[in-house]
Amino acid sequence: MMSPFLIFLSAFLVNNIVLMRFLGLCPYFGVSRRTDTALGMSMGVLFVMLLASWITFFIYHYLLVPLDLIFLRTAAFILVIASLVQLIELFLKKNVPTLYQALGIYLPLITTNCAILGITFLIIDYDYTLLQATVFSIGTAMGFGLALLLMAGMREQIDLAPVPDALKGSPIAFITASLTSLAFLGFAGLLGLSI
Amino acid sequence: MQSRNFTNGILKNNPVLVLMIGLCPTLAVSTTAFNSLGMGIAVIFVLTLSNITISSIRKFIPENIRIPVFIVIISTFVTVIDYNMYAFIPDLYKNLGVFVPLIVVNCIILGRVEGFAYKNGVFASLLDGLGSGIGFTLAIFIMGSIRELLGSGTFFGFNVFPQGFQNNPVIFMILPPGGFLVIASLMGIMNHLKGSQA
Repeated sequence: MMSPFLIFLSAFLVNNIVLMRFLGLCPYFGVSRRTDTALGMSMGVLFVMLLASWITFFIYHYLLVPLDLIFLRTAAFILVIASLVQLIELFLKKNVPTLYQALGIYLPLITTNCAILGITFLIIDYDYTLLQATVFSIGTAMGFGLALLLMAGMREQIDLAPVPDALKGSPIAFITASLTSLAFLGFAGLLGLSI
Repeated sequence: MQSRNFTNGILKNNPVLVLMIGLCPTLAVSTTAFNSLGMGIAVIFVLTLSNITISSIRKFIPENIRIPVFIVIISTFVTVIDYNMYAFIPDLYKNLGVFVPLIVVNCIILGRVEGFAYKNGVFASLLDGLGSGIGFTLAIFIMGSIRELLGSGTFFGFNVFPQGFQNNPVIFMILPPGGFLVIASLMGIMNHLKGSQA
């Protein structure tokens, strides 16, 4: 049984969702051009990831397992997450307009973010309890935010740098990601946590 | 005309190297040639069957709820491949891990279903699905081969390099940073070729 602190650290740094697990790469490269959009996206992911991990946790353990419908896991989770994002969007629009203005445009993008669906499956595969799942999803979402902000900061600088023609645009972004990921490899073994 | 539906997705609009979609599985499972080929075949299966199914019932799908309908159909085929792989190729299933059920959110599949199968006939959709699937498989297989050759010194598990290299392969290549570096190089080469053509 892993302590919540180790789960958090593992999800945040050692097994960083983007740089080590390769989940959520589309928003990682898509919305990392500027730091302010990157921050908005990370807040949206934190919000949705936490809610999605709770809801799928209850659906799996109190609905699919008792009814012997585990094979519907994939279909059920993706539909629940898609409708959850829609509901959040409607709710925020009506009740918390300030938050909606900050997160609104990122919410539809989050539905197709494989990081959200990915961690709901990982929580089931790792057999986490509700507390562990909560800590795990917060750590993962913060790890995503960290990676995204680092990338956005670097890309703002790279825009001004002389890059060879063939590497302009996405190739240089991938090379940057490679170096960041290499740096994160250094966290492997921290407090005995393995990749 | 029909053959263009097939070849379009392989090179000109290669989903991974040109359109930059479906990146997560491409980077995550391309540590060996075997894993990449397995992932590629799984995607060809899901993509082709979803394309055929959706184009054959496209007249009955109301436009407003088309996305949920697509997702249900896609996730059915993903579940089929998920359970079959678990039963018949457990080694591959263990290596691919969470990326098998995650085929359902692979943008390539939803993109082809929404962009092509929903508007075209069954046979054209079949060819389009096969073409895009093969394009994806080609990209992931090239990546998997490069990373396995350099990172483990093997190809499909067989030794191909002299003993000296075998003992000290470039482990960097099979770790996550290597994946980013290989795809960056492949995209750079594609850009360079496109630039010299124009």
